Amino acid sequence: MLEIVIHIALLILFPPLLLGLINKTKSWFAGRTGPPLLQAYFDIAKLLRKGAVYSRTTTWVFRAGPIVSLGSVLSAGLILPLASNVAPLGFTGDVILFAYLLGLSRFFTMAAALDTGSAFEGMGASREAAFAVPAEPALFLSLAIVCIPAKAASFQAAWDALPWALWGGAHPAYLAAAIALFAVMLAENSRIPVDDPNTHLELTMIHEVMVLDHSGPDFAFILYGSAMKLFIIAALLVHVLLPIPEHLSWTGVILLCLGEAALAVLIGVVESVVARLRLTRVPQFLIGASVLAGIGLAIALYRGAA
Amino acid sequence: MKDYADLLLLLVAVSNLYIVATSRLNSCVRASAIQGAALALLPLVLWTSGFNVQLFHLAVICAGTLAIKAIVIPILVSRAIREANVRREVDPSVSLHSSVLLAGLLMGISFWMSTVLVLPRPAPTMLLVPVAFATLLTGFLVLISRRQAITHVIGYLLIENGVFIFGQTLAREVPFAVELGILLDLLVGIFVMGIAINHISREFDHIDTELLSTLKD
Repeated sequence: MLEIVIHIALLILFPPLLLGLINKTKSWFAGRTGPPLLQAYFDIAKLLRKGAVYSRTTTWVFRAGPIVSLGSVLSAGLILPLASNVAPLGFTGDVILFAYLLGLSRFFTMAAALDTGSAFEGMGASREAAFAVPAEPALFLSLAIVCIPAKAASFQAAWDALPWALWGGAHPAYLAAAIALFAVMLAENSRIPVDDPNTHLELTMIHEVMVLDHSGPDFAFILYGSAMKLFIIAALLVHVLLPIPEHLSWTGVILLCLGEAALAVLIGVVESVVARLRLTRVPQFLIGASVLAGIGLAIALYRGAA
Repeated sequence: MKDYADLLLLLVAVSNLYIVATSRLNSCVRASAIQGAALALLPLVLWTSGFNVQLFHLAVICAGTLAIKAIVIPILVSRAIREANVRREVDPSVSLHSSVLLAGLLMGISFWMSTVLVLPRPAPTMLLVPVAFATLLTGFLVLISRRQAITHVIGYLLIENGVFIFGQTLAREVPFAVELGILLDLLVGIFVMGIAINHISREFDHIDTELLSTLKD
């Protein structure tokens, strides 16, 4: 019972802090003070108090978009183990549902963007769809890499079988999976080499353009949902990189929080030192990540066969 | 120590991918320098805890590889790039996207090949043979799919790196002196190529190899 409470508390309370950490790191690089660490919480609270404006051309799809996408990300967070190897809703095959829940969330964001009838948002949706295609194999292949040693398609079995001696150098496959997952994390959360979260009115943006018409609580859901998505994919990465204890303990919670914070800082560093890729280069970046995950899969299979 | 060899080999595989994926000539050269440094560390990691290789030979081969592959050759190539005034972008005849996919395919083929191939003795680490083949094949890919002469030099380098990695399986039979000889040959080869490219670019205004195929009597 306590495990479930802690899991849900982490999942619900922690994500907006990541955005704050990323922004702090970026401002530190730029020599600014930057917004307060808890700014994302304030933003969400402010947006929740506001009313929403709906255009007359939109239908229920537009209203359902933010809710469904937040809901599916939340469910994805419930089937992914966070601070231990056990998740509240874990079952055999949850790995596949996890990937598809992320896909569902993206689908509804895109559907809502298309529903506005605005050409600008349609363009953003088309880009999002185009970049999701090369990002998905990277995610799936990385998940396959972590599942192969366990020979079972569930997170719990995969983390149980994960060897802790990762940095003994014995497991290059996991390293490949970690690099590919990091690329997926940047792409899925519209971070810099792929998309720029700060540009609200530029022709190069992808994610931000799709949510331009949402306001008030709807926009709060979107903001919160994207923070949570970042948190979830980062948690996946933390599990690959750090030895999280099997059963719930303070060590696990602390390791998870530290790992998440470190990844947020790393994203901030990447955003500060790397330039945004040209749109035509983005698929190449993601195909590279997929191929790397494919190499990792080959290594994992080869190791299993040998 | 031996466990880290696989991580080094993964680094080699990633740099292969990067060389194929990047659109800039300079980052190509930089990636091949990093690959050279990884290769220099490889014998050290593989053999210090293994059978009794004379430590002196090991040190010489590592220092030699590091000096030549990670420092001298990259400097020579980037000097050639600067002086021959070649375009700073690679000029692929196959698109960069599909070259990355092809490189991944070649990696898969090399994994398959290494399960089929019968070696005189088992390879010291798991990834050695697949990565050796993959580097070799990626070198061929670069040779075939790029138009500029400079990128061909990098293709040759990749092929030699593949041979070097594969040579580690035979390190007991083939003395390191042979390896050093190969290294020297390579250096001379790159040197000659650099000079040749310079001369060509002085005579003609480009070094696009594509146009060679249109030559007629």
